[in-house]
Amino acid sequence: MTDTIPVRVWRGGDAGAFQTFDVALRDNQTVLDIVTDIQRRQDPTLSYRFACRVGVCGSCAMTVNGVPRWTCRTHVAKVAAEGVLTLEPLRNLPRLKDLAVDMTPFFDKWQKAGGTFEGRKTRDDAVDPVKPGSRARKAADAAIECINCAVCYAACDVVDWDPDYLGPAALNRVWTLVNDRRHARRSDTLDKAAQSGGCGSCHSQGACMRHCPVGLSPTESIAGLKRALLFSLLGGRL
Amino acid sequence: MIARHRRDRAYLAFLGHRISGIGLAVFLPLHFIVLAEVLSGEAALDSVLAFTAHPVVKAMEWLLLVLVCAHLIFGLRLLMLELRPWRGRGADRRGWILPGLILALAVGTLAMLGVV
Amino acid sequence: MSERSLIVLQRLTAMVLAPCVIAHVAVIAIAFRDGLTAGEILGRVQDNVGWAAFYALFVIAAAVHAPIGLRSVLVEWGALPRRMVDIVMAAFAVLLLITGLRAVFAVVWGAP
Ligand code: HEM
Ligand code: HEM
Ligand code: SF4
Ligand code: SF4
Ligand code: FES
Repeated sequence: MTDTIPVRVWRGGDAGAFQTFDVALRDNQTVLDIVTDIQRRQDPTLSYRFACRVGVCGSCAMTVNGVPRWTCRTHVAKVAAEGVLTLEPLRNLPRLKDLAVDMTPFFDKWQKAGGTFEGRKTRDDAVDPVKPGSRARKAADAAIECINCAVCYAACDVVDWDPDYLGPAALNRVWTLVNDRRHARRSDTLDKAAQSGGCGSCHSQGACMRHCPVGLSPTESIAGLKRALLFSLLGGRL
Repeated sequence: MIARHRRDRAYLAFLGHRISGIGLAVFLPLHFIVLAEVLSGEAALDSVLAFTAHPVVKAMEWLLLVLVCAHLIFGLRLLMLELRPWRGRGADRRGWILPGLILALAVGTLAMLGVV
Repeated sequence: MSERSLIVLQRLTAMVLAPCVIAHVAVIAIAFRDGLTAGEILGRVQDNVGWAAFYALFVIAAAVHAPIGLRSVLVEWGALPRRMVDIVMAAFAVLLLITGLRAVFAVVWGAP
């Protein structure tokens, strides 16, 4: 006789309801293991997303007991102190079915923010080296490991309040680009970051950096964008 | 219940900064209109200022002083966050928030009491 | 005005307002200690070009800063469309500027 845990799972799209499953507890069990267990043993129609199961692909994010998390690296023992699990789809994105959301707005805004690299050189030129110890390289490094999981996007209240807000992940990406010395269009990129719904909409609440599973700080990146914008405008470089 | 992602000092600072900003923006036109009472003579301004003897108006004055100090401190915190590169732990200046709030309350209270 | 100018103006005016507010609060504390009367206020600022310049700068900075801030508040917490918010806030800036400069004029030169 194993112990079980009641798991309340959101079923349906916008209109839907919670359904409770009792799931067997195991050692070192992750929240994703729980969802998989439900689908395999109790209800094969349960929809959810995952791929890598090791915190690389960024596809498994859900709302776990009210907090956006990557479920493949979240241990049940850590988050279910009160003996219940409540699983919902990520906030701030259209609900498709059960635990799966439509990520389209998230990726569309990524494009709209303008985080696209454009080089100066052709394949015939010598490689343009980036000094690993340079300040810009370090700033880009601190922000570059984003796995596109949209956890920050779900945690941010401004995204909730203002549908035009590009959100922490897209702006974090732009900050890495602004710090890439090989990027040919730094000024344009910076200008785009300051569009309506851009970096000016962030009020440094810091929810994104507190929730990012890989420990990035979009708050810091967006602050960097505002700083770069201010100095570039005052310096006549924009 | 307060949603989990809002239970943080930085969120409190955001709310404090926003609410104080709104309060000041509402107060400002009234402040200007009262001051312009001087155009109809010193006595006219004095007759408006006489209302400040009322306890409710006194409480409002105290509140405004606290609001302006809080907005100043939280605003300076944001400027620090935004205009200086972040270095190491504490760069998010969370540590400023509670002392800042206490300082705002203290300055407002001391000024009201006519201590300084 | 472009979004990026508004972001930058918000920060620049904040930097102007910070010392203004510190000075203003200090003066208020003194005014309260001496008893808040028109005579006390006018005694300090009347016909004083220095105070006039200080308050005028204060008013202009606030008239730029506050509407930009309220604009975000209304976009995020209000129900008006963005265009309307911009129009209302431009009007608010003008209102602050006119009433504010009128107040400065009043306390410095206006008492009959
Ligand atoms: C025309 C320029 C200004 C003048 C001549 C002026 C003058 C004064 C005076 C004499 C007082 C104390 C008496 C009273 O309550 O009326 C005061 C209070 C105050 N002022 Fe101003 N002020 C000016 C602009 C501003 C601005 C731009 C702000 C920005 C927020 C501001 C905020 C305050 C606040 C918060 C108080 C405290 C209110 C209270 O506790 O009664 N003032 N001002
Ligand atoms: C004491 C000097 C001041 C400083 C350092 C300051 C700083 C700031 C900063 C940096 C912001 C941007 C916040 C953001 O968008 O994340 C802001 C917003 C704002 N400020 Fe000020 N400010 C000052 C004075 C004032 C005054 C005098 C008023 C009103 C008369 C005011 C009203 C506002 C409002 C309404 C906001 C919008 C708040 C929000 O978006 O949450 N501020 N302030
Ligand atoms: S710091 Fe900015 S982007 Fe991050 S949660 Fe707060 S408002 Fe959103
Ligand atoms: S910044 Fe962090 S939370 Fe946001 S998408 Fe990237 S990895 Fe996920
Ligand atoms: S399944 Fe790939 S990050 Fe969780």
